[in-house]
Amino acid sequence: MKNLKYLLIGMLFGIILVKSEVISWFRIQEMFRLESFHMYGVIGSAVITGMLGVLLIRKLGIRTISGEAIVLPKKPFTKGNIFGGLTFGLGWAITGACPGPLFAQVGSGFTVVIVTLLSAVAGTWVYGRFKEKLPH
Amino acid sequence: MNPLLQPWPWYVAGPLIGLTVPLLLIIGNKALGVSSSLRHICAACFPGKIPFFNYDWKKESWNLFFVGGIALGAVFCLAFMHNGEPVQLNPATIDALKAQGVQEFDELMPGDIFNWGNIASPVGLLFFVIGGFMIGFGTRYANGCTSGHSIMGLSTLQWPSLVATICFMAGGFIMTNLVLPHLMKWLLL
Repeated sequence: MKNLKYLLIGMLFGIILVKSEVISWFRIQEMFRLESFHMYGVIGSAVITGMLGVLLIRKLGIRTISGEAIVLPKKPFTKGNIFGGLTFGLGWAITGACPGPLFAQVGSGFTVVIVTLLSAVAGTWVYGRFKEKLPH
Repeated sequence: MNPLLQPWPWYVAGPLIGLTVPLLLIIGNKALGVSSSLRHICAACFPGKIPFFNYDWKKESWNLFFVGGIALGAVFCLAFMHNGEPVQLNPATIDALKAQGVQEFDELMPGDIFNWGNIASPVGLLFFVIGGFMIGFGTRYANGCTSGHSIMGLSTLQWPSLVATICFMAGGFIMTNLVLPHLMKWLLL
């Protein structure tokens, strides 16, 4: 099973999300009320570490373990970055979770978040259904 | 004091999260991103005749294993790495939330909001149904979430990801400071 390694990396990611408390609704409230540095520290140091990792991959010409050249995906600009971004931000503050933490909240025993996840799937579907009618 | 049972400080957790970016690239040329999993679920379960959901989602199934792993990792924490203590919040946050009607501060999430008893109430409609819908709709419309844009996108210096991240934060500030306090007082008190 070639996908099992992604299950393991996902598990590590989930453990970090729980132990850093970024899946906590309280921590999200604290962040948006500017009453704690914790979330800014987590996101900021994650971005800097990720940047250094990508820089090293580029400078040293590191390839994947199977020898392929590493492809860094391009994210094109659309107006959706603004409208969708704002919509997601509003939802982030309500639920206290971005998509990754939603899965971790369920695993942490807050099983009612399954409803939030299903609703997020519904939101994704509605976006796909009406994509052509939305400004991009 | 077992460090595995304690919460991890930001300077431990943040770099570990950041390391998943090069790890996924080196292991299999995969871009970190979680919200795409929601699209793959739609494509797998109810694609209809919608072009956005008619693609070979099985090629992207690594992403579903990844999010399954996130849930399992949390189960593992609950079983083996849980000290059962409340989150050490700024007392000002606790006071403000108490004034808005939150009473339970003893776990990662407020138990008085996130429980099955609220499922068919206005509280459930706001916190689960509307909140979840905005996450799913917004992340797909924005073409990514905090992992795909804020971590992966910024790590690879993509300016649209910076725009998206600023909008994520703006939406969060508006909801937390201008909208949610009024809704919570009305729903919880």
